[in-house]
Amino acid sequence: MSAGPRTPFENKFIEWFDQRLPIFTMMNKEYGVFPTPKNFNYFWNFGAIAMFMLVTMIVSGITLAMHYAANTGLAFDSVERIMRDVNYGWLIRYIHMNGASFFFIAVYIHIFRGLYYGSYKQPRELLWIFGVVIFLLMMATAFMGYVLPWGQMSYWGATVITNFFTAFPWVGEPIQTLLIGGFSVDNPTLNRFFALHYLLPFVIVGVVFLHVWALHRTGSNNPTGIEPKDERDTLPFHPYYTMKDSFGLLIFAIVYCIFVFFMPNELGHPDNYTPANPMVTPAHIVPEWYFLPFYAILRAVTIDIGIPFTDITIISAKLGGVLLMFGSIAILLVLPWLDSHPVRSARYRPKFRLFLLLFVVTVLVLGKVGGMPADVPLFHITKDFVFTTTHVAQIATVYYFAFFIVILPVLSRIEVVKPMPASIHEAVLKCQSSCGGNA
Amino acid sequence: MSTHDHSSSCCGGGSCDSAAEPNKSSQGCCQNTPAEGECCGGGSRRDFLFMTAGAMAAVGVGSVAWPLVDQMNPAADTLAMSTTEVDLSQLQVGQSMTVMWRGKPVFIRRRTAEEIKEAQDIDVQTLRDKQSDSDRVKKPEWLIVIGVCTHLGCVPLGQKTGDTRGEYDGWFCPCHGSVYDTSGRIRKGPAPKNLEVPQYTFLSDTLVRIG
Ligand code: HEM
Ligand code: FES
Repeated sequence: MSAGPRTPFENKFIEWFDQRLPIFTMMNKEYGVFPTPKNFNYFWNFGAIAMFMLVTMIVSGITLAMHYAANTGLAFDSVERIMRDVNYGWLIRYIHMNGASFFFIAVYIHIFRGLYYGSYKQPRELLWIFGVVIFLLMMATAFMGYVLPWGQMSYWGATVITNFFTAFPWVGEPIQTLLIGGFSVDNPTLNRFFALHYLLPFVIVGVVFLHVWALHRTGSNNPTGIEPKDERDTLPFHPYYTMKDSFGLLIFAIVYCIFVFFMPNELGHPDNYTPANPMVTPAHIVPEWYFLPFYAILRAVTIDIGIPFTDITIISAKLGGVLLMFGSIAILLVLPWLDSHPVRSARYRPKFRLFLLLFVVTVLVLGKVGGMPADVPLFHITKDFVFTTTHVAQIATVYYFAFFIVILPVLSRIEVVKPMPASIHEAVLKCQSSCGGNA
Repeated sequence: MSTHDHSSSCCGGGSCDSAAEPNKSSQGCCQNTPAEGECCGGGSRRDFLFMTAGAMAAVGVGSVAWPLVDQMNPAADTLAMSTTEVDLSQLQVGQSMTVMWRGKPVFIRRRTAEEIKEAQDIDVQTLRDKQSDSDRVKKPEWLIVIGVCTHLGCVPLGQKTGDTRGEYDGWFCPCHGSVYDTSGRIRKGPAPKNLEVPQYTFLSDTLVRIG
């Protein structure tokens, strides 16, 4: 992380400091003059927005923790006290609650940008992998955070998710007992979830640092997917992208504020304002919206896989669901090797673009059915065969995996690309005269 | 040290000095010359110290790591699992009650003659988790099971009058749609196993101890 040769600063104090620890030189190199492709569209704002959300979550989280009590007898009431009695407690909690949703919105758009413009491809594989690791850590953090208010959804969400582990033969149950510290989700569980919920965001900060470090080794991708060739292709990060990022961030923050101030519970579930009750499961338990597609994949597996014509089950439906759910995220880790097509951007790959957009629709459909009760009948195919939401989830799950395992490898071999500009500069010039937009 | 410098970098010690192998680079030394076996495989005093130190370090790390992991397992007070005594005298035929045991609900159902018959008549071979009704009850009238769905741990519906009890007249788990019969056996949906039967003893005709 050396900052390279230094140019002296005018300000005496900064110069004194920088000679001893070249932070200013480094910041100037990485965020001041850093050469950045000049053709970014607004999709490139979401990294900075996600970073902003991470900081927001940490600040609002630490202030909540000053009033929160991680004990099953006190947790629910301490959150209600935050809402009613603590000065601006309602604001801080609504910022934190909706912040989790908006953090995921930013990250999902950020991931989509990576998929659409092929940012995961060589030489940015490691950058991509760090991104997937951040995503996993975020899911763990959000899951444990949702348990803290100790409402009905908290309790039953924790029960269902920790029960995933019992799907694994032999080791599963001891692992589950170890995780929850008892025979059912209870005080030990809440206590450790709070400890980890406090810790993980700082681990995320660490991985974000690696993510950004890797980014600054390779430089950013851009909407054409063509690497910058000379200085006509780039602009200094400041002021061009500090401005564009700030503008995008403001728009995003406005939408976020609308939720915080006018519809703070819109994205949550009313059942979580009922205190946890181990004796009664709510009629319809659902995770938070950002987990729904994965929840749908979990529920889509309804048959055991066994040796045909015998009773022997190799993978029970329960284990199958859990494996597919984890697999649906793990597969992102190997994406750079599944799609080996030399052209990055979907702009020049019409087939890839079509299948990718279909993939996005699939994920949305999974999210939709994931939020519905299991097995809702939709329509009759024949007299006795009813098409249900489970079938929809199954079809969508097949496409989800087929996209990665079949479609991408095949397209890598056969897809013919549209004519491409020679450089970013040329693409921008051509765009100004003919294409009108920059999507 | 200086005479041993290059050899120690390749096998952590030994007496392989430069005089014995004048033209080997430090990496080549020892490893790819079987004749040098006595230098590396043989075990000099340095190897011995190296390995015992390594082994001690591993034991040391392990003995610190294990408490850090094991502290997450159920603590002694959690393990001192209580037993619960339940008075059954108030329960009429066809009624159920739910009691708490080890932080989990336990379903106690006084089954009707019809329900018992339904549970006994089914061909065990057609079941997912093959268990006959007689293996699951001590007295046919009383079914006692842990009310935790074996899929992902929800509490199935069917205890209260008016609850949906599923196609097999037992319990229905609303979470992902598992259906249990009048013996608490899994009949449909994603759950792999029958509702678990806890340890229990009848202390008298109307008093049962769970645990
Ligand atoms: C990656 C960043 C984070 C995410 C995604 C996240 C997510 C969440 C979520 C979803 C909730 C439940 C909100 C609700 O329904 O009430 C929550 C609660 C909570 N979080 Fe975080 N959090 C993050 C960082 C932090 C940090 C750094 C702290 C610092 C200790 C913290 C402390 C708390 C506390 C005390 C609660 C319970 C109060 C409440 O429920 O409103 N969080 N978090
Ligand atoms: S927990 Fe009962 S069906 Fe999933």
